[in-house]
Amino acid sequence: MKKIDFKELVYQFHQDMLANKFTLVYEGEITHQITKAFTTLAENKMDSYSEDASVKKKVFHVMVECLQNLSKHAEDLKILRNNGYSGSGIFIIGKVGEEDENYHVLTGNVVKKTKVPELEAFLDKINSLDKDGLKELYKKQMREGTLSEKGGAGLGLIDIARKTGEKLEYNFIDIDDKNAFYTLRTKILKK
Amino acid sequence: MEVVKIAGTDDTPEVKIDPKKGIFEFSGRSLPEDVLSFYAPVLQLIEDYIQKPAKNSEVLFRLDYFNTASSKVILDILIYFEHISKEGHNVEIKWFYHQDDEDMAEAGEEYSEIVDLPFEMQVYRH
Repeated sequence: MKKIDFKELVYQFHQDMLANKFTLVYEGEITHQITKAFTTLAENKMDSYSEDASVKKKVFHVMVECLQNLSKHAEDLKILRNNGYSGSGIFIIGKVGEEDENYHVLTGNVVKKTKVPELEAFLDKINSLDKDGLKELYKKQMREGTLSEKGGAGLGLIDIARKTGEKLEYNFIDIDDKNAFYTLRTKILKK
Repeated sequence: MEVVKIAGTDDTPEVKIDPKKGIFEFSGRSLPEDVLSFYAPVLQLIEDYIQKPAKNSEVLFRLDYFNTASSKVILDILIYFEHISKEGHNVEIKWFYHQDDEDMAEAGEEYSEIVDLPFEMQVYRH
């Protein structure tokens, strides 16, 4: 077994977090308690530099929807875990190394490749719409959609796009012939 | 039918239902851990109520925050009342929002566009 140099690892991780301006990085199962803890942490942090109330609200909103999306995939991942994958997803919030001071929420989780085309088409559709188009799509989804057993209504991504006014930046990385790693980046502009 | 009161928490709204007076009130924040199990008894009460509604029904929303899963349930609630309104009963929806909260104002307007019910938008300051 390869020997791990912990002091080097910890220092490097610390440096990477600072360089990327990550406030919080979490990999694992997302529970309701964790969602509450993370949103409180982010709110306190934003309070500490007197962040604008409307920006705070947007960050809170995006965090809640992103965390709930991650937690909804937990069931799939239990199956995946037995096949050798661990973790339920990664959640990152920070300013992500940019010159600007905007907030970024990044998520990543394993998805089955069979689900990728549908998800990709949905994300592209959201990105193709303007403010009014998104409003109409949200209303349509609310009327026609039903709540899944896990409490999903297919509204989270539309809502994130509406609240931030930004395009959803996504990618799928190949893991193997059955699975892909889905990453999503949401930007919340500072006023 | 008895008056029902559910105390609010950090992530669930305060719910007050007075079937005799026909008053339904939701206030606070709504992002329950399990949206379906939180709202199931509330929806059941409303379903029972609409079998024999009061002469006038008033539904008040004073929400500070709700997540997208809750937004779907709010529409379900409104649709119940739309049914009895179509049957000729008086229903009034009162949607409260803080003067700085454009999102909440917009959400109320959207619901008023989806369902055919009289909506009264009420802005508050403090």
